[in-house]
Amino acid sequence: MSEVINHNGKIVADQRPADDIAGQSPLHHADLNSLASQGPQTGGVTIQERPLQGLLNLRCNKADKKQVTAVKKLLGVALPCDPLSSASNDDSVIRWLSPDEWLVSVDGAKAFELEAAFQANMPGHYSLVNVSGGYTILEISGDHAVDVIKKSAPIDVHQSSFPNDKVVSTVFAKSGAIIRRIAEDHFELIIRRSFADYLWIWLQDASREYGLVVKR
Amino acid sequence: MSQDNRLKSGGRIDRSKPLYFVFNNVSYTGYQGDTLASALLANGVDIVGRSFKYSRPRGIVTAGSDEPNAVIQLGSSEATQTPNVRATQQELFEGLVASSTNGWPNVNVDAMGLVGKIGGKMMPPGFYYKTFMFPQSLWETYETFIRKAAGLGRSSYENDVDTYDKINQFCDVLVVGAGPAGLAAALTAARGGARVIIADEQSEFGGSLLDSKQIIDGKPAAEWVSEVVSELATFADVLLLPRSTVNGYHDQNFLTIHQRCTNHFGDQAPANQVRERMHRVRAKRVILATGAQERPLVFGNNDLPGCMTSTAISTYINRYGVAPGKNLVVMTTNDYGYQAAIDWHDAGREVSAVVDTRANVQGRCVDEMQARGIRIISGSAITEVHGSKRVKAVTIAPINADGSAVAGPAAKWKVDTVASSGGWSPAVHLSCHTGSRPVWKEDIIGFVPGPTVQEQLTAGGINGCYETGAVLKQGIDAGLTALQELGLNEVTVAVPSAEDLSRTPAMPLFLVPHKKPTSRAPKQFVDYQNDVTAAGIELSCREGFQSIEHVKRYTALGFGTDQGKLGNINGMAIAANFQNKTIPETGTTVFRPNYTPITFGAIAGRDVGSLFDPKRYTAMQPWHIAHGAKFEDVGQWKRPWYFPKAGESMHDALNRECKATRESVGILDASTLGKIDIQGKDAREFLGRVYTNAWAKLAVGKCRYGLMCGEDGMVFDDGVTSCLAENHFLMTTTTGGAARVLEWLEIYHQTEWPELEVYFTSVTDHWSTMTISGPNSRALLAELTDCDLSNDSFGFMDWKAATVAGVPARIFRISFTGELSYEINVQANYGLHVWEQLFAKGEKYNLTPYGTETMHILRAEKGFIIVGQDTDGSIHPHDLGMSWAVADNKPFSYIGKRGMAREDCVRPDRKQLVGLKTTDPLVVIPEGSQGVFDPNTPIPMPMVGHVTSSYWSENLGHSIAMAFVKGGLSKMGEKVYYPQADGTVIEAEICSPVFLDPKGDRQNV
Amino acid sequence: MLHIFCPHCAEYREEEEFHSKGQAHLARPLDPEACSDAEWGEYLYFRKNPRGIHHELWIHAAGCRKFFNMTRDTVTYEIKETYKIGEKPSVTAQS
Repeated sequence: MSEVINHNGKIVADQRPADDIAGQSPLHHADLNSLASQGPQTGGVTIQERPLQGLLNLRCNKADKKQVTAVKKLLGVALPCDPLSSASNDDSVIRWLSPDEWLVSVDGAKAFELEAAFQANMPGHYSLVNVSGGYTILEISGDHAVDVIKKSAPIDVHQSSFPNDKVVSTVFAKSGAIIRRIAEDHFELIIRRSFADYLWIWLQDASREYGLVVKR
Repeated sequence: MSQDNRLKSGGRIDRSKPLYFVFNNVSYTGYQGDTLASALLANGVDIVGRSFKYSRPRGIVTAGSDEPNAVIQLGSSEATQTPNVRATQQELFEGLVASSTNGWPNVNVDAMGLVGKIGGKMMPPGFYYKTFMFPQSLWETYETFIRKAAGLGRSSYENDVDTYDKINQFCDVLVVGAGPAGLAAALTAARGGARVIIADEQSEFGGSLLDSKQIIDGKPAAEWVSEVVSELATFADVLLLPRSTVNGYHDQNFLTIHQRCTNHFGDQAPANQVRERMHRVRAKRVILATGAQERPLVFGNNDLPGCMTSTAISTYINRYGVAPGKNLVVMTTNDYGYQAAIDWHDAGREVSAVVDTRANVQGRCVDEMQARGIRIISGSAITEVHGSKRVKAVTIAPINADGSAVAGPAAKWKVDTVASSGGWSPAVHLSCHTGSRPVWKEDIIGFVPGPTVQEQLTAGGINGCYETGAVLKQGIDAGLTALQELGLNEVTVAVPSAEDLSRTPAMPLFLVPHKKPTSRAPKQFVDYQNDVTAAGIELSCREGFQSIEHVKRYTALGFGTDQGKLGNINGMAIAANFQNKTIPETGTTVFRPNYTPITFGAIAGRDVGSLFDPKRYTAMQPWHIAHGAKFEDVGQWKRPWYFPKAGESMHDALNRECKATRESVGILDASTLGKIDIQGKDAREFLGRVYTNAWAKLAVGKCRYGLMCGEDGMVFDDGVTSCLAENHFLMTTTTGGAARVLEWLEIYHQTEWPELEVYFTSVTDHWSTMTISGPNSRALLAELTDCDLSNDSFGFMDWKAATVAGVPARIFRISFTGELSYEINVQANYGLHVWEQLFAKGEKYNLTPYGTETMHILRAEKGFIIVGQDTDGSIHPHDLGMSWAVADNKPFSYIGKRGMAREDCVRPDRKQLVGLKTTDPLVVIPEGSQGVFDPNTPIPMPMVGHVTSSYWSENLGHSIAMAFVKGGLSKMGEKVYYPQADGTVIEAEICSPVFLDPKGDRQNV
Repeated sequence: MLHIFCPHCAEYREEEEFHSKGQAHLARPLDPEACSDAEWGEYLYFRKNPRGIHHELWIHAAGCRKFFNMTRDTVTYEIKETYKIGEKPSVTAQS
């Protein structure tokens, strides 16, 4: 392995190969790029994959001020401690998953850098686990994005109860998803690799009556 | 065919749009805006079905969802067949094809009539219980016959071509019913800023107002309705759902709405549109404005076509411009029944008389009748109607004041239509769904919703309030209450003006007397759909069924697809009366979801076909498909089962895969194994508590196998956990156990040992895992890695970080085959790349992909268990002969320790896992076979344990098996026998389950 | 379909996101070895089945994956309260 850092009894390693080896997202086989160029260009629902992002699962103690301070310094964003909230800047998004768990996304190439920085600077008992291979991110937008989510998840997506930047982990069809609202008609879904094909079929089906546009 | 019963004008139909349709193979014409029922009545179709038990001809009785008879089979093609559709709710469309549900083979020429007529006497309540149960051998014959005759409709033999789906809805206020109360409530709530859903089962909003000549705020009621609907449509947060039946009311204001989106277009439905949609609604407040249903009266032969409820008559005239007959007689116990006479007369048809069961008739009704010259026959009743396929005449006789007996000579009148009104039954069904018992209100002679724990409000007819002005006020009040309770805006809403008529009290009458006793009178039907008669109810009471719940089950009262909407109250009252009890004493049966039948399609939604169950795939799935893998379901995962080459049988493929792995190198996609990243200074302590063996001294860079038990000491998972760094571990679990194990770790951490500093993170999907196994695995891997693979530096049960095919990897030298093996883990985005690179280099080693079946055989040759196959939740580690994996000297009493020390767990004769060698080496014992020590003991033989795993081993040239045998670990070399279903007995010898390489040399090279 | 307030997510969610894990407040004996077979059996297998107020352990399985307790009426299905592990119920059968 190119680089393994063992520090405080834990290891992190760069998991990405050199750039000449292309990564394959969980929806690689669906060839969304071809669908984007050859499929319909207008419709009520637009889906875009954000493949190969760096995803890091952070667990730490929000009552530990040193940790909270360190996270802010490391990410440039304060740890969102309110339930179901998220925070972001140009480089990263951090999503509340549970009282001691967050999901951080960064550019895929920057995951290891961030892991190494945590390893060097994060105090106390925490864990930061690279889960980039385990998920993919889909953005779903358009006039009927809300309807597709209503058909799929048992959550209230009305703006009054699901404002922008809110994050929920919930049931999605017969699988699950982490849903974040980016804008009124724009959502982010983070879905597990092994369920990605099922959910992609589901989303196409749920979008059919509104017209589905795939964007690259 | 001409529409003889269609009035010259009137109704909410569009006469410029004729529609052609087919019913029971005959073509008819109706109009846009008709229901199938109104179109059939317009065409003079009297008989729409045959009755369930007696096969009597039946006609349309109502104009709504309470219809018991006009239950039809819809669909112009096999694929679009829909059973149990109420003709009164089905909008007419061009090309509609329907047929009677009951009445096989033909409603007019009736083969079942024979049974019906003979059976009429022969089929008392409980007939099925009493007759068809014996002899039991004939039950299947009976069942086929009964089901066909029962006419419950049929499903399509082809796949349904339509799409059904579900949608989740949340709202402040769900208003059920869009009659005057519902509309007023919804408007009030909407104006106050509430998120509102209003649903109504009819095609248009308005409910009873669409059938009436009521004036509201100086306008015709229908105009008021249209203004309210228009205003509601302007609110962004108001969802209007016509053609949508609120079918179920569940705990904490969760309701299901069955919306029929395109059913009214039939085959002309637009492409890509959903046919039916199930709304799953969570409402902060529910306002039930479901109205009331009219009770028909129970009298002799009251099921003859031509007998209808009086509101149905008014609805057909006012809404559809159809008068379903020539001359009408009305029988009523109340003032409301007179409306049918007024509407019939005003439509230009003849009303013979209104028969009022009350002795003194006063007030407005009298004036209205006098103005039209219609005769009122008071203190009388229609005791019986006459005719064979349609009413031809009625018998009218005076009755006594309490309606219990005929009090004078009868007269026969010639009429073809009978309207009856026994008063209103509030539609309390939904309020019953959550367990609330309705309560009897003497003043309205009906049940109203009882106390409930739901956040539920009611308005209008459901409360027994029937005057439009009062109903509107109740609707507004309910809306205001909801707003107030939810802390929303206060609004003032003026109650629309509507003339409320003064009414005189109604007479409670549930069974019209006949000059003969009930048991000998012509059949007086209570529940049309299940052919339950007044005599039948009385008989069941006589036979000792006193509780109304027992009466219901014995007679089948209310068991039809209409749930007894028309008949229940009459039936209960008849039972009460017969037992000399009051109605509240007798009580009522309650209604359950669904309010009206719904299609299986709507229940299934999109969870059908390829979406029925998620299929989980690894990153290597495209390769598996391209290389012809056969797949096996492991939970939701699709795992390669074996990889047959052209022309190969499964057996051949397995033999080839097994040999190749033992002789050179095979590869398995093991990505589905559960993987949990564990970090923290107490990780090691935690592992010691959840595994049965010791973890305190596992060095960094080492891997160890562990068994996980429940508190009862029984094995529930196993796997290898590796020490990545001092405070950092990677646990693997079985494929099926991944989620369960993570939850197991979390429950102990969160509820028992929160003081331990440890975090768990699932990384199952993050890592692709591929196992190369066999003597050439080292040579193969060496071609792709810079890692020193020599046994000295990278020994068995070590792991190392290295690069494989250019991708950073974790390599674990662990083995489930007993061969030299390497488990390569890379981030899943690069899994397929590495897999393909292994094959690029693997050709010279005959690298052979294998699936779960070969994995099972190879591990069985080594005696390795599979949790869930060789365990069943009643097996502890010692039973498995795995005492080596139990460390009872650990300071903490690990999970399972106390459990496996229980008295029963230390018996010497427990079933223990052993190997089996069959005497005939070619025979493979079927898995699941039960063993006996002596095959010559008489049946039932004492069974000593079953075969858990059994295979042909090509490597060993004989069959191998693992089995539980009582006290088996101390019976090595003894014989055990497996009697088979075909009478043969397979003989086997108990042996160690490690069939191959017992010293483990192969994996240590 | 219950509507459950997750005390960790601080909002109501649909029942399908949760799993019930049975009776709440079952503490693992601190010294299992000191338990008789009968006592251990009691801990392992014997559960209350009250008509009325019951305390249950639930997990927000599809949400925050945290366990919590619920006081529920087994007759009406009313959820009286949900509260975090380590907290005491405020509604009990006695109160």
